Amino acid sequence: MPQTAKDLSGRAIVTIIGSDRVGIIAGISAVIAEAGVNILDISQSVMRDFFTMIMMVDLSASDVSFDDLRERLSRKGAELAVKVEIEREEIFKAMHRV
Amino acid sequence: MKHLGFSGEEILETIGMVRQEKLDIRTVTIGISLFDCVADDCATLCDNIHAKVTRIARDLTKTSAEIAREFGIPIVNNRIAVTPVSLIAGRCGPDEMIRIAQTLDRAADDLGIDFIGGFSAHVEKGTTAIDKALITALPEALAATKRVCASVNVGSTRAGLNMDAIGLMGRTVKAIAAATAQSESIGCAKLVVFCNAVEDNPFMAGAFHGASESDCVVNVGVSGPGVVLRAVEEAGDVDFGALTAVIRGTAFKITRAGELVGRAAAARLGIPFGIIDLSLAPTPAERDSVARILEAIGLEGVGTHGSTAALALLNDAVKKGGAMASSYVGGLSGAFIPLSEDAGMIEAAERGTLTIDKLEAMTSVCSVGLDMIAVPGDTPAETLSAIMADEAAIGMINRKTTAVRIIPVAGKRVGDTVNFGGLLGRAPIIPVHTQSSARFVARGGRIPSPLQALIN
Repeated sequence: MPQTAKDLSGRAIVTIIGSDRVGIIAGISAVIAEAGVNILDISQSVMRDFFTMIMMVDLSASDVSFDDLRERLSRKGAELAVKVEIEREEIFKAMHRV
Repeated sequence: MKHLGFSGEEILETIGMVRQEKLDIRTVTIGISLFDCVADDCATLCDNIHAKVTRIARDLTKTSAEIAREFGIPIVNNRIAVTPVSLIAGRCGPDEMIRIAQTLDRAADDLGIDFIGGFSAHVEKGTTAIDKALITALPEALAATKRVCASVNVGSTRAGLNMDAIGLMGRTVKAIAAATAQSESIGCAKLVVFCNAVEDNPFMAGAFHGASESDCVVNVGVSGPGVVLRAVEEAGDVDFGALTAVIRGTAFKITRAGELVGRAAAARLGIPFGIIDLSLAPTPAERDSVARILEAIGLEGVGTHGSTAALALLNDAVKKGGAMASSYVGGLSGAFIPLSEDAGMIEAAERGTLTIDKLEAMTSVCSVGLDMIAVPGDTPAETLSAIMADEAAIGMINRKTTAVRIIPVAGKRVGDTVNFGGLLGRAPIIPVHTQSSARFVARGGRIPSPLQALIN
């Protein structure tokens, strides 16, 4: 378990859920690139009846705050009519790995 | 995804828990010792309390909001628990006790937090003048404040039951109901009568910062009945061994999420992390219900035969999952069955299948006790005391915490409903036995502590 802010990896998971359409990856990726955030991995599939994209990103080199990035992503998501969320990777590690 | 080490399914499971199944961190509770606030006069004491509480918890709401956004899990309440006021109030009389309660309320208001607990006394063995002053002040203190929560410990396995105090608490609950008659006697919802109270419980109304705790500490209460309900439903008609495994696994995940949030909050607040309390605490939202879990386990309605056994399994599986997930599980950690806060419980009480007697039986196998039970306004004080004594006896003999939070709603009768609003929910007035317990309560004295050997 991370004890302090320094222990956080700086990686986060971006999830995009909604119906498929042109330009979703391009739109979201542009927001991420503008923020100086590196995309480490992308996967997309249909899960639980939703078209879903999951991205692993690295925020450690970015000078945009987590909150600010979250805001920008959610604004872009609204434009594209998809739901975009970003959470630090630690929450997934905590829940799914012993 | 090679960078992740976990699958898309797992990611979506976590997100689904929050979005659809209402997983939340119910509370981040900072425990604060007030021992160093002690002063010769009440005014200085109040100044010291206000200064210390608002200094230590100054960033609580901001930090909680920040963490909730970063980890994607809502934090519903921010709370503070303080040293039981009876231990730090010196020679204060009842009027000064009310001033202390108002000071706590003002501090909570200034910080923008939801509740502050610790207007408390421990009288399981005997009652001092200061305990008496605090209890005497309760009706006015709870009527004059909004966020202050109170508790009185009237029994323990080591000390037995203080029946004089239990008699007094029956009368006190009646007085609180009268003092807050204008608002459905809501003052009673802010008072817990305990047996074997725990010192690190982050849940209200019974939170206080025990005398053995350090100067300040962050405790976290996680909930998640909706998540467990979904898991039980998805498991289908498996046998009890498999069912336990499903609940245990779910409790593990919830607890780990809670510990992460708790540790992050502690680090950012610069306060040591204490414990995580994994309790299935229902809310009035439809699927956020312990009753619905029991029904998913196979009961047509909660309260019918089998309810106690189903609850025992649920409570134990939750504890096992939680204990595996974190080294510092504490507080109450189990399943709560507050009547007014659980849609399924309300329905069963209205139907008449869930009675006060069945609720009492169920409390012997789950955490806490008769919680948020609304009864007729004309219920005699002795009957309330006898209900408290029954519940405390269960705790005393079984070496567990039990609590009574009962509301004799002024002017209401069986069949009426009261709405407390928010997390406190809506309660049908349920009947109590009408045969008198007055002679029993009038005996006074103590019920001796039980034999804890020769247990075969």
